[in-house]
Amino acid sequence: MKSGSKLEKVLSEGKFAVTGELGPPRGTNPDAIKEKAQYLKGMVDSVNITDNQTAVVRMASWAASSLLIQEGLEPNYQMVCRDRNRIAMQSDILGAYALGIRNILCLSGDHQLFGNHPKSKKVFDIDSTQLISMVRKMRDEGTFQNGQEITDPPKMFIGAASNPFGQPYEFRVHRLAKKIEAGADFIQTQCIYNMERFREFIKQANDMGLTEKVYILAGVTPMKALGMARYMQKNVPGMDVPDWVIKRLEGVEKKKQAEEGIKICCEQIEEFKEMKGIAGVHVMAIEWEQRVPEIVEKAGLLPRP
Amino acid sequence: MIKAEVKSLDEIKEMLKGYRKVLNTGCGGCVSVCLAGGQKEVNNLNTKLKVVFKQENIPVEIDSFTVERQCEQQFLAELDHIVGPYDALMSMACGAGCQFLAERYPDKPVFPAVDTEFIGVNKDIGWYEERCKACGDCVLGITGGICPVAMCAKGLFNGPCGGPQGESCEVDKEVPCAWVSIYKRLKGQGRLDNILKIYATREWEDQLQGKILLEQYKSRYIQETK
Repeated sequence: MKSGSKLEKVLSEGKFAVTGELGPPRGTNPDAIKEKAQYLKGMVDSVNITDNQTAVVRMASWAASSLLIQEGLEPNYQMVCRDRNRIAMQSDILGAYALGIRNILCLSGDHQLFGNHPKSKKVFDIDSTQLISMVRKMRDEGTFQNGQEITDPPKMFIGAASNPFGQPYEFRVHRLAKKIEAGADFIQTQCIYNMERFREFIKQANDMGLTEKVYILAGVTPMKALGMARYMQKNVPGMDVPDWVIKRLEGVEKKKQAEEGIKICCEQIEEFKEMKGIAGVHVMAIEWEQRVPEIVEKAGLLPRP
Repeated sequence: MIKAEVKSLDEIKEMLKGYRKVLNTGCGGCVSVCLAGGQKEVNNLNTKLKVVFKQENIPVEIDSFTVERQCEQQFLAELDHIVGPYDALMSMACGAGCQFLAERYPDKPVFPAVDTEFIGVNKDIGWYEERCKACGDCVLGITGGICPVAMCAKGLFNGPCGGPQGESCEVDKEVPCAWVSIYKRLKGQGRLDNILKIYATREWEDQLQGKILLEQYKSRYIQETK
C-alpha cells in the first residue's frame, strides 16, 4: 500500500469504488460540513473536498478535509495550481498529511476570471501534471521538489482528473498517459453524459494499457432539472451534454425531472459497473448531497466495504 | 515590440495637479510604432490637455520634446539643457524608458502618460496582440512556435486543461485554445512526440531583475582582479 487510505484499499482489492464530493462553506461554520457529511456517511468510500472551486473563496480544502475526518469520513483533498506556488503547495501537503489526510487530487483549477475575484493574480507556478510528479516525489523519494530530504515524508494516494470531452479529442488519452507517467494512482473523470464518446475514450485507454496502470473512476452528476441540463450544455466549459439527455428530461413533467435525472445517472452507473477499465464511480451531486444515498442505493452500490 | 496605451485624460490631469510647467517627452521607439507615445501622440495629448486646462482654468504650461529612444541615455542627453525650467516631466515611453528618464533627472518628478501593456505583434493597423511574456526560458521550439506561457490563460506546459469550449479558450470564446493550436500545428508537422513527453517543472528565470552582459563587453564593465 502506498498510502493506506480506504480508497486505495477498496481499489486495490478490486472492489468497485464510490467517491462523493463536498464543497466547503463560504464562511467559518464547521456545521456546514457536518451537515453535508451526514448524507455521505456509509454511502461513499472517500469524499472529494473541493479547493475554492470555480475560483470562489471558500474554507481551505485541508481544513474542511480535517473536519470531515472528525465526522468519520475519508477526504480526497483537492489541490489546484491557480492559487499557490510550489512552496505553499508542499507546505500544505505536509500539514494535510499531519492532519490525517491520505488522498490528494491534483488539478489545474478553474481560471480566476470565473470566480469572485476575477482580477486576482494567477499563480500556476507548476501545472497539474507537474503537481502529480511533485507529490509522487515527496512520497516515493522522500524529497521536496528541489531534491532536499523531508523528515517523515507524506504518503499520499495520488489522484488526477481527466476530461475525455475536451478538444483536441485525440490528445486527451495521451494527456491521461502523461498524468499516469507522472505518478497518478487514480483518475476521476469529468462528468460523463456523452456515453458514446466515453466508450471510445476508455477503449483507447484499454488498448494503450493505461487502465492496467491506474484506477479510473467515471464521473457522474445527476441532473436536478431540465434547466440545469440546458445550462450545462450551453455554458459550462469542458462539458458535453448530448441532446438525448435534454429530451429525456423534457419527456417528463417538471415535478419528475429530478427523479428522471437520478434514473439516467443510475443507468450510467450500471453500465460503468460492467465497463472494462472502469474501477468505480465519482458521484458529483452538486449541492445535492442529500440525494446521494438514494443514488447509490438505486445503483446497487450498497453496502460499502 | 513593446505595446502601450495612453492613460485617460482624467488620470493624467490628476497626476499633474499642482505643477505649473510640464515637459511631455515622447519616445521614437516601440511606443511610436504602436501609436501610443511618439511625437504625434505627444502633440495630440498636449493639445487635448491644453483644452482641458483652459476650460477648467488651470494655469499649466505644457510643452513637448520627443527623443529617439528613452531607453538610451545618449538620446536622453538631448534633454539636458531643456528640462531646467520645468517643475515636472511626463513620459510617453514604456515603463523602462520612463524609469530611465527619471534616473537621469532624479530631482524632477516624472509621470507616466501611458500604460505599458505587453510584448506583442501588429495584427493590423491599430490592432496589437500579446505574444511573449519574456519568461527567459523559451519553449517555442517544442511547442510549434506557439507560446503556452503567453497564449494559454493558465500558462500550462503539459497540454490543455479540461475547459476548452470547442477549440476556444474557456475564458474567452474569441481566443483560440493555445494547446489546441499547438496540437494541430505539431500534428501537421509530424512532431507530436514533443508534447507526449512530460515537460518537467521549470525553474523560472524571470523572478529577479533581468540583466544581460555580453561576453565581448564584460571587460569594459568588470575590472579583473589580478
